[in-house]
Amino acid sequence: MNKYVYAIICWPIFFAQTAITQSDSTAWLQRVTADTSKPQLNMDAVYNRPFLQAGKMPVALGGYVESKVEYLRTDGISEGWQFQMQRMTLFVSSSLHHRIKFLSELEFEEGTKEINIEFASLDFQFTPLFNLRSGIVMNPIGAFNQNHDGPKWEFNDRPLSATQLLPATFSNVGLGIWGKIARQDWVFAYEAYLTNGFDQQIIENNENKTFLPATKNNPGRFEENFNGVPLFTGKIAVRQRKWFEIGLSTMQGIYNKFEEDGLRFDKKRTVRVWAVDFNLSLPKTQTSLNGEWAWVSVDVPGTYSQQFGEKQQGGFLDVVQPVLKGKMLGFDNAVLNLACRLEYVDWNVGNFKETGSNIGDHLWAIVPAVSFRPSAQTVLRLNYRRRFQTDLLGNPPALTGGFQFGVASYF
Amino acid sequence: MKKWLTLILLAGISILSCEKLLPPTPAEDELLDGPVPGLSGEQNLRFLEGDIAFNDEVFTPQTGLGPLFVATSCGSCHAGDGKGTPFTTLTRFGQTDSTGNYYLHLGAPQLQHRAIPGYTPEALPPDIAFSKLTPPANTGLGYLDLVSDADILAMADENDTNGDGVSGIPNWIKLPGYVKPRAGAVIKNGRHIGRFGKKASAYDLLHQTASAYNQDIGITSTFEPFDTYLKQEVEPEVSNQTVLDVVFYLQTLKAPLQRNPNAPDVHAGKELFTQIKCAACHRPELKTGDSEVAALSNQTFYPYTDLLLHDMGSALDDGYTEGTAAPAEWRTPPLWGLGLSPNSQGGRFFLMHDGRAGSIEEAILLHGGEAEESRNLYKALQASERQKLLAFLESL
Ligand code: HEC
Ligand code: HEC
Repeated sequence: MNKYVYAIICWPIFFAQTAITQSDSTAWLQRVTADTSKPQLNMDAVYNRPFLQAGKMPVALGGYVESKVEYLRTDGISEGWQFQMQRMTLFVSSSLHHRIKFLSELEFEEGTKEINIEFASLDFQFTPLFNLRSGIVMNPIGAFNQNHDGPKWEFNDRPLSATQLLPATFSNVGLGIWGKIARQDWVFAYEAYLTNGFDQQIIENNENKTFLPATKNNPGRFEENFNGVPLFTGKIAVRQRKWFEIGLSTMQGIYNKFEEDGLRFDKKRTVRVWAVDFNLSLPKTQTSLNGEWAWVSVDVPGTYSQQFGEKQQGGFLDVVQPVLKGKMLGFDNAVLNLACRLEYVDWNVGNFKETGSNIGDHLWAIVPAVSFRPSAQTVLRLNYRRRFQTDLLGNPPALTGGFQFGVASYF
Repeated sequence: MKKWLTLILLAGISILSCEKLLPPTPAEDELLDGPVPGLSGEQNLRFLEGDIAFNDEVFTPQTGLGPLFVATSCGSCHAGDGKGTPFTTLTRFGQTDSTGNYYLHLGAPQLQHRAIPGYTPEALPPDIAFSKLTPPANTGLGYLDLVSDADILAMADENDTNGDGVSGIPNWIKLPGYVKPRAGAVIKNGRHIGRFGKKASAYDLLHQTASAYNQDIGITSTFEPFDTYLKQEVEPEVSNQTVLDVVFYLQTLKAPLQRNPNAPDVHAGKELFTQIKCAACHRPELKTGDSEVAALSNQTFYPYTDLLLHDMGSALDDGYTEGTAAPAEWRTPPLWGLGLSPNSQGGRFFLMHDGRAGSIEEAILLHGGEAEESRNLYKALQASERQKLLAFLESL
């Protein structure tokens, strides 16, 4: 993430007491802006958003919208011009007590095709190092899943490894604890949750591959745990205030239905994910680097073929370089960035037993970008995307290329 | 500041107009997918329906997969409509001569060695003969389907009366009730001439498709209603419409186009191909009869097959067979599309019925039996002549 943007849009409701609220031009609506005094972590992203607050009401509203137009072509075949309303998200946060907070995030994807409660949880602070969170929580795997707001990114599409390998945005009903502690320029944080988890769709889906995001097709997952076994998600993160943040996270669960009505019909099959994420800003050049890498391992039944991978991995690296700052087109604090994303996903790591050759089913992409931020909360971005996707058998890759232009903004 | 912005905008626009950044269509002759030329609008629509069912419809336990199966979709094995690899093989067992298969109770003829969670897949009975079959390409099947029985029989020479060492006989098969004999069908002892599959044991594309759904994916239809696990009739798991759309798709998939047919080496190689008697089995030219699909009617096409069985010698004899074929007998595979095989076989060649040949030359050297003379003639060629022959084969 661009540190610069970060700083401006961040506003930790958590530390509402200490923040300075500024008055907007509207008489009773206040725009809650940033507190740059605290180093922020990816885990703070849900609260670090611009909100609108009416008078002294304890409820604040916010949201963002993200849309794009694209023209992509794969080996000469194009779907033409596609205008997409990717998502509109509404946040409501309220402070019931200075140590009891509620935040919800409601997302409308692709028009109203998908309406998701991304987040709806209550936080009880006992001490900064010990908070209880319960409700629909965002599983803290990698960094993108927690820190996914469209306006924060210079790219129109979410990273493929976050949405096609990991199931971002992935949230589940559950509860857990989190906390952080700051020492001079350093912040240490942890999170640990037990939630509902994955289901058998990760190996029974239309993708014809092991595909964690398929779990999100289960409409019942917010009311019922597929197999009664909680999914554990844990993360630890360290931030050095000026330079970097690094996080290590994991999800561990059972995805199959192994018994019902007390009758056993299969063994428990595990799904394990590990992820590292980091972001780094170089103060001198103001370059920011942001990346994430995840490893997935799934206990696929031995009676399945190697079509369904037992090991997967992938990640992305974004480099963002502000090239112009200042007054542009009448905006006082505008920024123009050049950026580039590299991304890779391998859904099936390994070799075929029959032939010894590498199992394909992987892709990589490079996405150079120009983005213009008239203000920190709004971004206009032009991306070129070039993607090489190899099928399971490792045949010559399908080549996709094309342009995307989009706008994302908090409101 | 303004200057900068204009610059960047201009750069953006010039990028937008740059065609190179949008990946172009590969040349038509590099692709196997796509319809035969000359389909009507409604035929194109049906082709698309079939294309989606064939390539994109992946079965899950919820939509009927299994319980026993080999793969989850047609496209998993027939990637890009090209040939498959040893990873996508089918294994068949239980029949050693024309008297039939005695292992049906153990899941023969086809091994379903995969199962949905909780079920035990089939295993080969010990010490049994079996064949592993790699998927053939699915291109141009509509043309092959329309060759008349009379034309096929005219190429057969059961007793080698012309003394060229090549006999060639049809596989006489029993038709399931849902398969309608084609116009002018020749019948012998109640059996018909099969033409699809490596042993030519499937009669037409409906026969092949309905059994593929059933045997390869564990999907029942009104055509093939018996579940391979329960061995009982169950509800259809795929609609007749979908099966027929897939049949239409297979019928109207275009034939591979030859690349550089006029290159001198290719030309010379083609002559050699006939000279060393490859064409005795790999017949260069066949013709179709009348079809409801106008684009397929009365066409001459170039598949390099006679659709007949040939004894290929003991090295290619797995001890397993189908219909009236002997275990050493295989149907001549069409050679069209041969040069494009690596594009669907993970960048390598896996030729012959089980993919054992890693190159075209290896495939030729594995020819025995009726093809022994032809193979020896190949071996006797000078290196430069072989190069020409291979250039021709790769152009197909
Ligand atoms: C497990 C892999 C697999 C699956 C799944 C599969 N096939 Fe096949 N297919 C094969 C193999 C192997 C052969 C060769 C079989 C033979 O020789 O009898 C074959 C042969 C064929 C042929 C005959 C081609 C020729 O040249 O003779 C057709 C047509 C065909 N398949 C269509 C289908 C359709 C339609 C489906 C989906 C309903 C399907 N296949 C699913 C592996 C598969
Ligand atoms: C007697 C008939 C016959 C003759 C003559 C013959 N072939 Fe074949 N050919 C076959 C059969 C049958 C197969 C399939 C064998 C198998 O699948 O195991 C085959 C397979 C092949 C294959 C592999 C195709 C594939 O898709 O796997 C190639 C290449 C080939 N032949 C080329 C040739 C060439 C070149 C010649 C001449 C030198 C030749 N054949 C002569 C019958 C013949």
